[in-house]
Amino acid sequence: MRKFKQKFGFTLLRISVAIVFLSLLSLVVFICLKGFKVLNLSFLLEFPRRGMTKGGIFPAIVGTFLLSTGAILFALPLGILAAIYLKEYAKGGKLVRMIRIGINNLAGVPSVVFGLFGLTIFVKLLGFGVSILSGSLTLGILILPMIIRTSEEAISSVPSSFKEASFALGATKWQTMRKVILPTALPGILTGAILSIGRAAGETAPILFTAATFYTRHLPKSVFDEIMVLPYHIYALMTEGTKPELQVPIAYGTALVLLLLVFIINFVAIIIRARARRKRKW
Amino acid sequence: MKKNFIEKLLPIFASLSCLFLFGIILTLFIEGLPIFKTVGFFEFIFSKSWHPTYEPPEFGILPLILSSLWVTVFALVIAIPLSLGSAIYISELASPRMKEILKPIIELLAGIPSVVYGFFGMVFLAPLVQKIFNLPTGLTCFTASVILGIMVVPTITSLAEDAISAISKDTREASFALGATKWETITRAVVPAASSGIVTAIILGMGRAAGETMTVLMVAGGATMIPKSLFQPVRPMTATIAAEMGEAPMGSAHYHALFAIALVLFFLTLILNLLVDWLSSRRKR
Amino acid sequence: MVNKITIRNLNFWFGENHILKDINIFIPEKQITAIMGPSGCGKSTFLRCLNRMNDLIDKTKITGEILIDEKEIYSNNIDIFDLRKRVGMVFQKPNPFPKSVFENVAYGLRIHGIRNKMIIFEKVEKALRDANLWDEVKDRLFSSAFDLSGGQQQRLCIARALAIEPEIILFDEPASALDPISTAKLEELLGKLKKSYTIVIVTHNLQQAARISDWTAFLMLGELVEFDKTEKIFTTPQDKRTENYLIGKFG
Repeated sequence: MRKFKQKFGFTLLRISVAIVFLSLLSLVVFICLKGFKVLNLSFLLEFPRRGMTKGGIFPAIVGTFLLSTGAILFALPLGILAAIYLKEYAKGGKLVRMIRIGINNLAGVPSVVFGLFGLTIFVKLLGFGVSILSGSLTLGILILPMIIRTSEEAISSVPSSFKEASFALGATKWQTMRKVILPTALPGILTGAILSIGRAAGETAPILFTAATFYTRHLPKSVFDEIMVLPYHIYALMTEGTKPELQVPIAYGTALVLLLLVFIINFVAIIIRARARRKRKW
Repeated sequence: MKKNFIEKLLPIFASLSCLFLFGIILTLFIEGLPIFKTVGFFEFIFSKSWHPTYEPPEFGILPLILSSLWVTVFALVIAIPLSLGSAIYISELASPRMKEILKPIIELLAGIPSVVYGFFGMVFLAPLVQKIFNLPTGLTCFTASVILGIMVVPTITSLAEDAISAISKDTREASFALGATKWETITRAVVPAASSGIVTAIILGMGRAAGETMTVLMVAGGATMIPKSLFQPVRPMTATIAAEMGEAPMGSAHYHALFAIALVLFFLTLILNLLVDWLSSRRKR
Repeated sequence: MVNKITIRNLNFWFGENHILKDINIFIPEKQITAIMGPSGCGKSTFLRCLNRMNDLIDKTKITGEILIDEKEIYSNNIDIFDLRKRVGMVFQKPNPFPKSVFENVAYGLRIHGIRNKMIIFEKVEKALRDANLWDEVKDRLFSSAFDLSGGQQQRLCIARALAIEPEIILFDEPASALDPISTAKLEELLGKLKKSYTIVIVTHNLQQAARISDWTAFLMLGELVEFDKTEKIFTTPQDKRTENYLIGKFG
């Protein structure tokens, strides 16, 4: 009886894993199959034509690249500095507790709310308009908690014996941080940063009102221009326009490009982490 | 100890997260509160029709709140058993090799953008649902829940797996030594020991589902009625904000109403987050 | 004989725990002083008071005087980083940085502001020679320090400490993670180093203390039980507790 129960239980577990992987696999396979039909070099490198019913998605790829780059340029330095403070300088107490609550709750804010914040502060109050700058800053704030957390983990994983050795040689805290801890924690920080880029590249709701536009025939000339981006492009193709029969195939292609992009980014991060772990000798 | 310029500024950099969070709250209040000049607070929350463009407009967000609730709850009904099953399988049954393959895959899947899930729901699941259940439209609460459920599975699985794997070998061995089977050890010793971590994973998944915008915007159908059946189009709060923000004239009652919805949404997720904070601080003790 | 370090009424607390109790001792210059005692007696804590490494730990309290060259090292006008430059330290487990052999030794020079590459190279070579390591690593100066054996890593850590030309070197059970051959090499090195440096070594290995040290202090439960010339401690201990420890009754 007990054996039977165990068998039954294990079967349930296997079934749930199977369902999860099959459904997610079907999503990936489905988009790949449909998407590969429209995917070719000119799809990647051409501008959209005839009100989005023809042509490629080049500006959206560029836009996604610019936005995620901007976001990480903004968030990475802030995130690393915050992590350094929390791990090596802060001595506990009220400020640290407040900062922790701030980070945890910022991480949980729905992405569309970030969009409203960006709209009010960057687009309107600071007058950046719907632009690369507004979108990058909004996305940067969105990924900040993630960067702080992964950087903190990376810093914690540096053995304290390295720190002691450095202090015993008369190094200051800052020297120890810059020359021993950060270089050692770098693969971990990098992994977190790359994963955050992937996250930023896929977000849609925060840029709906801060950066994205449905259709442009030009590449942006400055950070104050609005841009096309991959995730919003998919949404727009599916919900706007008048010729769905021409738009949906382009949406498949766009979804495939976005999916591949995010997979590649995350894959690189996972590889960096695995390599760093294997190389680690302490 | 002497500190250099950057070291002195570190606490300020670290506090920026708080500043941003505070800025978000402030923004929502400043832009959201003016709606209560037009409608009363209770009317806003509890009245049953949301018609911001009618003359006169109606700002009752109960249907939106209920839509969010339904979609989130049914998404969890789907996601919890699947995620916990997968998490237990990966940590307890899978061979080390299998584990090494499954964990990164879960991680990769957790990175799929929500708009791709929404797209998949529109082009694949919705027509399927429409056909199977013979509905006027496949964009329903059910469809959105299924997609959302699948979408949060990787998140919950990976967090729950961490919690289960963190349970020490001693717990398992103690149980085996008493003559328990592997299944009994898992269900009676390991999972209860990891329960607070698992609950945290579920709450975080719930927050993710409740705050998710693109999938519900694309798949839930968008009808602003009080949901009566699972197979009816609904319009959760996030979708309402995303769909209508572009049309609402700045400074209009509609505009403020959308911020007020975000305020409600924000406080709902805030409660979930504080719950997680509280749980994890309890766990550390 | 000159006293390099003088310690008067040293007390140390970690939280509520009174770790070191009223210790009075002097450390002679250019000699090896061994600190021994059962584990948990406060040996390592004592050692870490001498280069103020205990400052890094929260909730500690220290009273009394520690004078190096007649100057109080806990006074406000002392530069703690300069102090640690003068008082080097080698740890229980070899702890090289995840950098090359060369960069490990150069680290201390760089943080103390030496930029000139020629000077750095000369000093690194000298430190490695002084640590009896040069011949073993001269062909792989730029490969990872982790590729060295445990004994070589420990001598690398010594070279790293020597590079910044300290006056005193503290050793915290430096051989506890090493095999007998590496330990012998290390002890030989210590004998050579005492000609130029004042050495304080913590050990729980009695034979090691007897072999290498000139002076021995015996610590128990945070108290200094006895301090004298090593031969005297090992042949005619004055205190019953020292005798018991030496014949292996506890510890």
